[in-house]
Amino acid sequence: MHPAFSVIFLTTLIGAGQGLYLAMVTGQLYAVARLLPPQKDQFYAIGSMVALVLLIAGLVASFFHLGRPERAWRAAAKWRTSWLSREVIVLPIVMALVFAYGAAHWMGWTQPLFQLGESLQVDLTLLLGILGTLASFALFVCTAMIYADVKFLQEWHTPLTVSNFIFLGAASGFMLATAYSAYISNPLAAFYGAWAVILTLAGLVSRLAHLRHNARLKHKSTVQTAIGVRHSKLLQKSQGAMGGSFNTREFFHGQSQKTADRVRYAFLILAFPVPILLIGAAYVTVSSTLPVAAFLVQFVGLMAERWSFFAEARHPQNLYYQSVA
Amino acid sequence: MTQLALVIDLNVCVGCHACVTSCKEWNTSGWAGPLVDQNPYDGSPTGTFFNRVQTFEVGTFPNTETVHFPKSCLHCEEPPCVPVCPTGASYKRPDNGVVLVDYDKCIGCKYCSWACPYGAREVDEQQKVMKKCTLCIDRISDAKLSERDRQPACVMACPTSARLFGDVHDPDSEVSVAIRERGGYQLMPEWGTKPANHYLPRQKTRMHIDPDELTRVDNPLRKEDLTTYTGEETLDDVAW
Repeated sequence: MHPAFSVIFLTTLIGAGQGLYLAMVTGQLYAVARLLPPQKDQFYAIGSMVALVLLIAGLVASFFHLGRPERAWRAAAKWRTSWLSREVIVLPIVMALVFAYGAAHWMGWTQPLFQLGESLQVDLTLLLGILGTLASFALFVCTAMIYADVKFLQEWHTPLTVSNFIFLGAASGFMLATAYSAYISNPLAAFYGAWAVILTLAGLVSRLAHLRHNARLKHKSTVQTAIGVRHSKLLQKSQGAMGGSFNTREFFHGQSQKTADRVRYAFLILAFPVPILLIGAAYVTVSSTLPVAAFLVQFVGLMAERWSFFAEARHPQNLYYQSVA
Repeated sequence: MTQLALVIDLNVCVGCHACVTSCKEWNTSGWAGPLVDQNPYDGSPTGTFFNRVQTFEVGTFPNTETVHFPKSCLHCEEPPCVPVCPTGASYKRPDNGVVLVDYDKCIGCKYCSWACPYGAREVDEQQKVMKKCTLCIDRISDAKLSERDRQPACVMACPTSARLFGDVHDPDSEVSVAIRERGGYQLMPEWGTKPANHYLPRQKTRMHIDPDELTRVDNPLRKEDLTTYTGEETLDDVAW
């Protein structure tokens, strides 16, 4: 498949945004459970606003994917059958909840609304945080299912696509939370850094399993089933177009196998070991800038990962577009 | 339930591209606006087509066979491109089973093209919407046309009658009979899309000639003619 930069930016940016938001809520939940010291409301508010900016940037990027962006509002119509439609609905809900969560912290609306059990004070931010967490996970699932639900793309049609999107998005978000708290010298940097490393490792396991899945894949369709001629030797002589067509532009990554391999090695290095080492070094040296570098390196790596994710997928229609004569 | 479809006879298709050009001509000049052509007279001409003829070589030289393979939307009975459309622009007509795109609702997200294993959909780079074969819906549903003209442009144009058009759900239609009696098959049946369009396989025309047919073994003259000739005149020499 052709990796479109609009979609690469959309999925990586909203992944980081959702992950950063989840990191903020996780920090608050740990504080509610008295496992971590509570932070100032401003900490959560600014973190949520950064997450919102990433979500908005992702949304803007997604418009570049559309031929007719002015009709984008129509995309909410078929949520009963289309994961793309579901994503179009859930993304604004997540954005609204992230905004509300940050705004509630900023305005200091943290007076307990009611009390659960002995000591659990439930305030507005906690309610919004839990709702936003559910919506964020729903958005991860919707985004990933757009790809995982296309059964013809057997490289994508696996639950590993969903786990990749969740783990890699969450990892980059927690990495950004580490960078954010380290940059303002907040002691939560170590907590977020530990989670960022755990999520990055989980993402690595999931992505390696995905690469293994794809390497062992046996494609259902062959040239024989594509044109219905039973002969072991079938050679395409012409594809009905000399200068290419939509079919040759949309479904091929257009790079050499060497380039695709290089991108794969690049993301396997940039998205996983390098940020983990940088976070480890930052922990040892109590650096306030190394986590920022870790996030940026991982984000570049994740963009390469998304490029590779597209390039790995081989669409059965390609069987009809193998040579020009 | 009517399911209109094409049946394409690979046995007689000669790969002349008349269906491609007549399809393009009809659909670029119709109510739905032009089908884009980019660099039509330059080095890399490209554009949107509903129908393309591809050519495959079967076997190894010298035992090869050329198969010309016309390829357009198959109007699946379980069209995977329809449920994935976020706007409902892609739909299957309930009355005749034709899969269509509402060009006024399409947002050009290309998701339906990912969900088609046959690569039957092409984006129009000018109108920025997804386009595909309509079975010439504006012809076949036009009551003003005569019965003979109420057929897709490609079917009308085919010089070898390699394209049949009709209702594949009607067991007595020309297309159903052709599928039934001549081994009509579907493309990529492994995906369960149930394409309505079918293809008729290549058939070798073989003539079997018995030695009996060349030499009549029970020729009574041969049997009874016991004369041994020694150079004298026979009937063949005196009559001509």
